[in-house]
Amino acid sequence: MYQKNASISKGIDWLTVLLYLALAVVGLACIFSVEYKSGDNVVQNFLGFKKEYSKQLFFFGASIIVAAFILLTDSKFFTATANLAYAFGIMLIMATFVVGKEVGGSKSWIPLGFMNIQPVEVCKIFTSLALAKFLSLPETNLKKIQTQLIAAAIAFSPALLSVLQKEPGAAIVYFSFALTFYREGLPTLYLIVIFSLTILIIASIVVSPIVFYVSITVIAVLFIFFNGRKIRRDMFKLVLVIVVWLMCIGVKLFLVHALFDYVLKPHQVVRIFTTFGIDDYKFKTPERTAEIEKELAKLGTTRRKPGEKVESYNVKQSKIAIGSGGFWGKGFLQGTQTRGDFVPAQNTDFIFSSVGENFGFLGCLALMLLYFGLMLRLIFLAERQRSTFSRVYMYCVVGILFFHVALNVCMTLGLAPSPGITLPLLSYGGSSLITFTILIFISIKLDADRQMILR
Amino acid sequence: MPVFNQSRKSVIILVFLITLAIIVLQLMNLQLFSSKYKLDAENQGIFRKVVYPDRGIVYDRKGRSILQNTTIYDLMVTPSKLKGNNTDTATLCTVLGIDSAEFKKRIDNIRFKYSQGYRPAIFEPLLSNEKMAKLTEIMYKLTPAYYLQERSVRDYPYDAAGNILGYLSEVDSNILKNPNYTGYVMGDYIGKTGLEKTYEKVMLGQRGIEFWKRDKFGKLTERVEKGAYDTAAIAGQNMHTSLDIDLQMLGEKLMENKLGSIVAIDPKTGGILCMVSSPTFKPRLLTGSERRKHIAEVLLDPALPLLNRTVGATYSPGSTFKTLQALVGLHEGVIDTKFTVSCSGAFYGCGGAKPMKCLDKGTFDLRGAITISDNTYFATVMQKVINNPKYPSIDSSLSAWDQYMYAFGLGHRLGVDVPYEKRGLIPTPAFYNQAPPRGFGKGHWNYCSFRSVSIGQGEVDVTPLQVANEMAYLANKGWYITPHLVDSIEGGDKYNMLTNFKDRHQTIDIPDSVFEAVHDGMQGVVERGTGGAAKVPGIVICGKTGTVENYYKGVKQPNHAFFAGFAPRDNPKIAIMCVVENSGKFGGTYAAPIVGLMIEKYLKDSITDKNRLARIDELSKLNLIPPRIYIEIKRQDSMRHAKDSAYLIAKGYITTIKDTMEMDQSDEEDALDKIKDDTIPNVKNAPAKKDSNDNKTKIKPDAILPDEKKKPETKDTANKP
Repeated sequence: MYQKNASISKGIDWLTVLLYLALAVVGLACIFSVEYKSGDNVVQNFLGFKKEYSKQLFFFGASIIVAAFILLTDSKFFTATANLAYAFGIMLIMATFVVGKEVGGSKSWIPLGFMNIQPVEVCKIFTSLALAKFLSLPETNLKKIQTQLIAAAIAFSPALLSVLQKEPGAAIVYFSFALTFYREGLPTLYLIVIFSLTILIIASIVVSPIVFYVSITVIAVLFIFFNGRKIRRDMFKLVLVIVVWLMCIGVKLFLVHALFDYVLKPHQVVRIFTTFGIDDYKFKTPERTAEIEKELAKLGTTRRKPGEKVESYNVKQSKIAIGSGGFWGKGFLQGTQTRGDFVPAQNTDFIFSSVGENFGFLGCLALMLLYFGLMLRLIFLAERQRSTFSRVYMYCVVGILFFHVALNVCMTLGLAPSPGITLPLLSYGGSSLITFTILIFISIKLDADRQMILR
Repeated sequence: MPVFNQSRKSVIILVFLITLAIIVLQLMNLQLFSSKYKLDAENQGIFRKVVYPDRGIVYDRKGRSILQNTTIYDLMVTPSKLKGNNTDTATLCTVLGIDSAEFKKRIDNIRFKYSQGYRPAIFEPLLSNEKMAKLTEIMYKLTPAYYLQERSVRDYPYDAAGNILGYLSEVDSNILKNPNYTGYVMGDYIGKTGLEKTYEKVMLGQRGIEFWKRDKFGKLTERVEKGAYDTAAIAGQNMHTSLDIDLQMLGEKLMENKLGSIVAIDPKTGGILCMVSSPTFKPRLLTGSERRKHIAEVLLDPALPLLNRTVGATYSPGSTFKTLQALVGLHEGVIDTKFTVSCSGAFYGCGGAKPMKCLDKGTFDLRGAITISDNTYFATVMQKVINNPKYPSIDSSLSAWDQYMYAFGLGHRLGVDVPYEKRGLIPTPAFYNQAPPRGFGKGHWNYCSFRSVSIGQGEVDVTPLQVANEMAYLANKGWYITPHLVDSIEGGDKYNMLTNFKDRHQTIDIPDSVFEAVHDGMQGVVERGTGGAAKVPGIVICGKTGTVENYYKGVKQPNHAFFAGFAPRDNPKIAIMCVVENSGKFGGTYAAPIVGLMIEKYLKDSITDKNRLARIDELSKLNLIPPRIYIEIKRQDSMRHAKDSAYLIAKGYITTIKDTMEMDQSDEEDALDKIKDDTIPNVKNAPAKKDSNDNKTKIKPDAILPDEKKKPETKDTANKP
């Protein structure tokens, strides 16, 4: 089966490469537009590596080289070293406990001199490979509890370690592997339960208690009414409905309070609350209330008038920047909000707002089509793989991309809490750019070698 | 290899598409359907910077600039750039004269107010020259956290004529609410008094607007579209006045240590040559860095330095009024120039009761009567006018007399271009027909009821400007031009503010011969009569003295000294009047020599004679401020142990400190005032029952102390001897 590649380009899916390049170039342009001040000597800045856009250009060059190396590597290398790489990744994360550098309160970075790498970020690659390796074993079956547990362990170990490093934002991305599990046969019930639970938790803090209790009771009664015949045949189902109903109330009474009063950090609570505009939540202890108030003040959150919703300063500025772009946008380098540094972290987490302001609705739509085009293309590639390893790996990549894009964009639009995750290929940062380059180019390489049986 | 679960691909794609749809919908919501974010972005991202034009410059009649602009500096600080260098901070504190606690307070305050201290803010505004000199030496140590920012303020090169030129002040809420002043925002400056107020529109120019991009710290980064939408500021128009700043300064010097006014007019043009109101204030004290120190002091001074007495105070005109009675008598034909009256000691035309005394016994014709200011003569003349059988009733004869007075520019506002002008009072039949105590009641009065009016006492009030104008009328032999300061405006009179200053007012035709007779008498006043002190060698001066009896809170005060005249007789170039309040003695004693020096200065351009120079100093040092002012000051001082007016406000002695005298009430208010009963109860206790005119001089200095002290000191009441 093994055959030597005549050239590096053989079998490469150029559409994916093009989508990748387009996104990376848009990213460079956006970082430039955020950082550029009129009168800057652009050439000098590019050569001097003083500015982030020049550094990002360097990272982009490095990414191209890395991509070339990946394309030159034999696909069997990835299957062969998957488990080893995973072990290496876990060790990297562990290493941060010893040699980690503190950036923004979390000790999750390893300094390499010219750049800092975040092992949790890089470890996504290794986890994807390891999951692909494990799920491609013939004896695994995600309908079995044993497989489920092992797969979950592989997927969530790095996340767990990351939480221990106080960097829960990066950890949340590991939930994206659920998408792969679903594709590979995880019973739908799991996802439904998780999805319902999320909805339930949000609903229980958003709506008033009376509305909440009445709603779930009405739903339960309607369910019983419409399934009356089945229930009469099998009384166990009635018991089940009542148990679910009780669990819902339990979630409201205990889980939600446990989450917001004890488990979540104050700043996380504030982010969630500001996203949904909640300001009437009653905390159990006055100390907790004081902590939350402090955090609200720190975020620049303003509670101007009694009727007005609380809104985080960052998200508000991001919405203003995007909203002011209008249909056509203000033009490259013309955005007043971007140029005035109104949006915090606009290079990294909030880079989408500069697209929104400079290029308007059309630009945003085009960018979204690029992202979803890339994802759909990767799904298409995944589905045409003969080897389970390749398919599982590509679904992992799609999941990670989807999670990043959806959460990041929704955050800048004020639809989701901001967990602090980057917009793939656009946000400034060598770690993030190179990670996504490797993720995508391994997919491309695996696809080029799709005739091989890999396991 | 079998492909499991391939159908789940579709579910995943569906989830993706739903997410994409949600994102696109929110994008449409933000970018296409909501205008709120565009407005928010403009509000915070674009700054409309108002560019203030230079205010217009004011020149005197010889083209010297008397009101101009100068640059002064504010010390700005950006707290975020401060380094913890204590020695530099200490140096700065020493230079500014503050301690480290004050320093910390200011910095904290700025940090609190202006975006955590990333934006530059004023640390010390309006640096004085002295501080500025010291600061420039150490500035290199203080950069970049500190820098100096220019600001344009008004400058008075001669430090004179404060009352005329006026001063600027920040707009207050009353002005912001006033529809006449649209376009002003908090922090703008506006002319408060004087020419600065009258010609605000002319001198302000047009504000420009620059559109700037700004960053989150409020720092301006660059112009929007390279300034395509900007409007340039248009500088205010310069104005040329008729003022002679040398004469004005001499007048201010002569009036030092006195209360009163000097007004001089060029009779040919109506242009005001000088307008001295004393006490006055040094205008430099109310501009730039000095203002904060001095404004309260000026506002609280019981001598009312901010009051422009030349138009804002009214007096009975005293004997200067007699010249006008002569005109009326001659023109009405009730007397001729040969007509004589002999005075045996008093005017007995109204019977024996309360005769009006005359000073020199004897028989006088018109010229002689003016020269020695004979009361009996003019009482007789007016009696003839009022009792003239030509008129069917006393109402009609008094009305006819009123018409003369109006024609002479009395009893109404002249329309001068400094604000807060008073109208004065000329009694009308309606005035006397009022029920007592204000009038006499209809049918209950005759000439004898108001005979003292004939000699300029009683129910007649004039402003110093009106007296000077009446001298211009006499000098011109029958006409005057509305007195004014501004002759021309560079770039044209766009707001038609000067139109009224071109017309001659000549409503009654009086033959020149009549004037000649009066001029003869007035020349006699200076040459051999009561006004000898006004004599200037080589110049023929026509003048008239006045000694005005007056009351304050019902207590008789020392007489006001009046002198009014014009010179030279043949070709009058200056019409002038001087009043020295409560100087005691006679008009000829103090007012006449001042007028003489002023005329000499103006006509000869300079005074060189040693004796005359010595006379200037002597008069300047002469202190004629009445004791009641000192009593007032003493009382204020004892109340002011807390030093600042805040104490007085807290104690309720002052309700507010207003920055203006607020004397420009509307006409109707004035009219009401005229008819309304006297509102000051203790004035009713004044001995003279008919002195209902005194509330005409009611000045409302809101800055003055408690209620019972709000009495104006310029109030005059006539005495009936």
